[in-house]
Amino acid sequence: MNAIIITALWGVVMMFGGVFFKKRTTANYWAIAGILIVLVANILEFFGHPFFNVDSRGMLRFDSLGLHFNTIIFICTLLFFLLNGRDVEKVGPHVSEYFSLMFFVLCGASILTSFNTLLLLFLGIEILSIPLYILTGSDKRNLKGNEASLKYLLMGAFSTGILLMGIALIYGGNSLGSFYIDSINLGQGHLLPLIAAGLVLLLVGMSFKVSAVPFHFWAPDVYDGAPAVFSSFMMTIVKIAAFFAFFRLFQNSFGTMHHEWQTLIAIITAATLLLGNITAVFQRSVKRMLAYSSLSHAGFLMFVLFALNDTAREGLLLYAAAYSLATIGIFAIIVKMNDYSIEGFNGFGKRQPLIAFTAVIFLLSLTGIPLTAGFTAKFYVLMAAIKDGHQLWLVILAVVCAAIGAIYYFRVIQAIYFKDPVEGVNEQLNVTAGFKWLLIITAALIILLGILPGLLIDWIYY
Amino acid sequence: MLGTYYTFPELLIWIPLITGIAAIFIKNTKSIKTFALLSSIATLVISIISLFYSDIAHHPEYFYFNNVSYVWMPYIGSSFSVGLDGMGFLLTFLTAFSYPLIFAATYKSEFKNPNGFFALMLLSQAGIMGVFVATDALLFYFFWELALIPLYFLCSRWGGEKKIQATFKFFVYTFLGSLLMLVGIIYVYMHAPAVSADSAHSFSLNSFYHADLSAHQQGWLFWLFFAAFAVKIPIFPFHTWQPDVYEQSNYPSVMVLSGIMVKMGVLGMIRWLLPIFPSAVAKYSHIVIVLCVIGILYASCIALYQNDLKRFVAWSSIAHLGLMGAAVFSANTLGLQGVMLEMLNHGINILALWVIVDIIEKNTGVRKISELSGLAAKSPGLAIFLVIIAFANIALPLSNSFVSEFLMLNGLFEYNKWIAAFACLGIVLSAVYMLSMVQKTFYGKMNTLAEQAKKMSGGQGVVLFILVIAVLALGIYPEPVIHLTQSTVTNILSKVIIK
Repeated sequence: MNAIIITALWGVVMMFGGVFFKKRTTANYWAIAGILIVLVANILEFFGHPFFNVDSRGMLRFDSLGLHFNTIIFICTLLFFLLNGRDVEKVGPHVSEYFSLMFFVLCGASILTSFNTLLLLFLGIEILSIPLYILTGSDKRNLKGNEASLKYLLMGAFSTGILLMGIALIYGGNSLGSFYIDSINLGQGHLLPLIAAGLVLLLVGMSFKVSAVPFHFWAPDVYDGAPAVFSSFMMTIVKIAAFFAFFRLFQNSFGTMHHEWQTLIAIITAATLLLGNITAVFQRSVKRMLAYSSLSHAGFLMFVLFALNDTAREGLLLYAAAYSLATIGIFAIIVKMNDYSIEGFNGFGKRQPLIAFTAVIFLLSLTGIPLTAGFTAKFYVLMAAIKDGHQLWLVILAVVCAAIGAIYYFRVIQAIYFKDPVEGVNEQLNVTAGFKWLLIITAALIILLGILPGLLIDWIYY
Repeated sequence: MLGTYYTFPELLIWIPLITGIAAIFIKNTKSIKTFALLSSIATLVISIISLFYSDIAHHPEYFYFNNVSYVWMPYIGSSFSVGLDGMGFLLTFLTAFSYPLIFAATYKSEFKNPNGFFALMLLSQAGIMGVFVATDALLFYFFWELALIPLYFLCSRWGGEKKIQATFKFFVYTFLGSLLMLVGIIYVYMHAPAVSADSAHSFSLNSFYHADLSAHQQGWLFWLFFAAFAVKIPIFPFHTWQPDVYEQSNYPSVMVLSGIMVKMGVLGMIRWLLPIFPSAVAKYSHIVIVLCVIGILYASCIALYQNDLKRFVAWSSIAHLGLMGAAVFSANTLGLQGVMLEMLNHGINILALWVIVDIIEKNTGVRKISELSGLAAKSPGLAIFLVIIAFANIALPLSNSFVSEFLMLNGLFEYNKWIAAFACLGIVLSAVYMLSMVQKTFYGKMNTLAEQAKKMSGGQGVVLFILVIAVLALGIYPEPVIHLTQSTVTNILSKVIIK
């Protein structure tokens, strides 16, 4: 409860603060202060000290898994604010509104990690999505951004409609006439037609939100069109929150009927992995490449829904953390660069040895090389799928896709270390020592989770 | 005694790892070279000391000098377990022995960013050592990849014009192979018995040996593991990356790749493939052996027509490794014993060949066989070394390979005499290509290039001398190596046959 209330309040504070802040950087400091308060409050709640005791009639349930997931989200956001806070100022004049919108997104994310009814799920998704439509189009002079924003809004509204239809069918179809996700619990047996239709619609709606193929059409354009700072935010924090909701909903409501819809998930997973990876190979812009590769990571995260066991739950946490840390890290660097093409990275290792080194660690982690968090994450989701024991072809397909992933990530590494800079280009990044330290800390976190994933996982069982 | 505080396998990993990280911070070219050489000599000393404690069969207390296990990820049943058995002693010694020689032989070579270069070399040594000593499947996989990454950077950064593409092909091939193995590892893990109460299954090698797998499961798991090892060795038709990488890379990396890293694949097959999937081995070994023998003949024929010395050595190496692969899957005592010996011999011979090719290229500026002629008149010492090494590659009696190739062919003969006959053709062909190469480059009329050729340096001479001594010593008295690895051979074979 702490996180939901404080993020909402702080969003309002930031919005009105915009009137009083004299300097543009003040908003950044306030945002960092806000996220720190949220983080601490959430950790306190995790250890059993909630500030607020609102009777939600069981519509919200705060379990250790959800609160732990919140912590991951807030730590990632904190890193994001620290690394890229100053770049938010460059997007446009309304700095504190941008931060305010991001706090509302976080509020939506906190609801998604604790919802216990379909209504709250719907609310959470809307609170999460609406600020994003605005953030995508926040650079008003950029035509691509405007197009992306409109596309996102239309697609988002469409998918929300499908989601609502699904909720309605489930409500009508279950014998209790209840919105509570636990009471939908269907037991063993076969699906009723009404419930089956509702389940498929919910699946489609949620797949839209996590950008799983074939409901992904908005994703590359939005991630590519939005200002790079916000792409980073959307690809990581928003996506993992949506995945968590997806997992929570399907495990609690439809977990017992897992075998009925597992094949459907398998098909979506396979399509997401293949399309994301193969398309990413052909991208010349690093930003767009990462947009497509985020589809591929969505494919790996879909394994969590495919397997739906204890290992999958641990894998979800690890993958969310590993993927977010690495993506935030690499985007923090991309945002600072003028040239988003792969050639823009040529000779980067000579120009900025330290930043280049951290960039390589982020890329290695995204590829899934051992000693980085990316590996342990992939390892856990694959282990979850193999433990499930069905459809092992999917696992083989996934590792083939992971190898394809090496192709495009390593192309950037090659540019960084093995290619000479283009003549005349000697771009020096305008970064502070603090920025470099933060990148090192992020990289260190990634390696730490790569060696000892238990540091993250053990908290589930707290 | 060292072994009481730190076990040998740990030291063999930590020394190159720590010195490798430290090497990044040494900027001076001269001191970094000395530093790397000293580090590798320290590893060699540890390796030699460990050999004195290798007789675990007669001294059970030595077991604790050579095996150790630390808690790492108890919740999934993985631990940091390392240990040395006969094969482990042999291969860690080969690694420890090769690195100082590699550093010494290329001491005069210039590299841009020498600190990065030597740091990566030492890190690759740590990774390779880890592969040879890991007795936990997950740890094995970690090291398997960690050995690859430094070499990827080494070969992409320092080398010929097309190095980036060539190395990248190599990387994607091996990465895909190892990921397939990872799927296999996880699947076997799900069927492996637990060793402690913390987790339902275990990644330890012993649990893997007792995994409860049906013949059908073994059948497809076999190919998943095989993919990783076959790419690394490489076995025909997974060899296509190899000649390009060898041609394009710098000499020290290529020495590591061809001399030591290929043994990772052979060790993988012997330790992680044969005993875990015995029924699959019985079912599919003939396919693999036929592939290997095709590889021997195919690579030998191509080696005949190579003009570039580096590609020449690359193809001849594929031929030799084909024989090793075939002997591994013949799965009998003679064959495996031969493979053990050949792993050491091949490492020594190919290292010597690379050193000679390096000297030729440095001193004449070319490595085209057609442009070289009559080098022997100018550098008779090098000619003698080359002839001895060439004989060793052909497996002439008194040279080290004679014993090992004889044993391997014997093992193959036990398996199937027709296959052995075809494999023997490979030895005939190797005589043809080796001798014609020696003849074309070193004998015949001296051309202008040979006249202007520089002399080899003293350091290179010493390295070649040591290698030649090793060739002869192992040719005359291979008994210690056979004695060292005997226990591994019987141990592996007992699991392959009984289960």
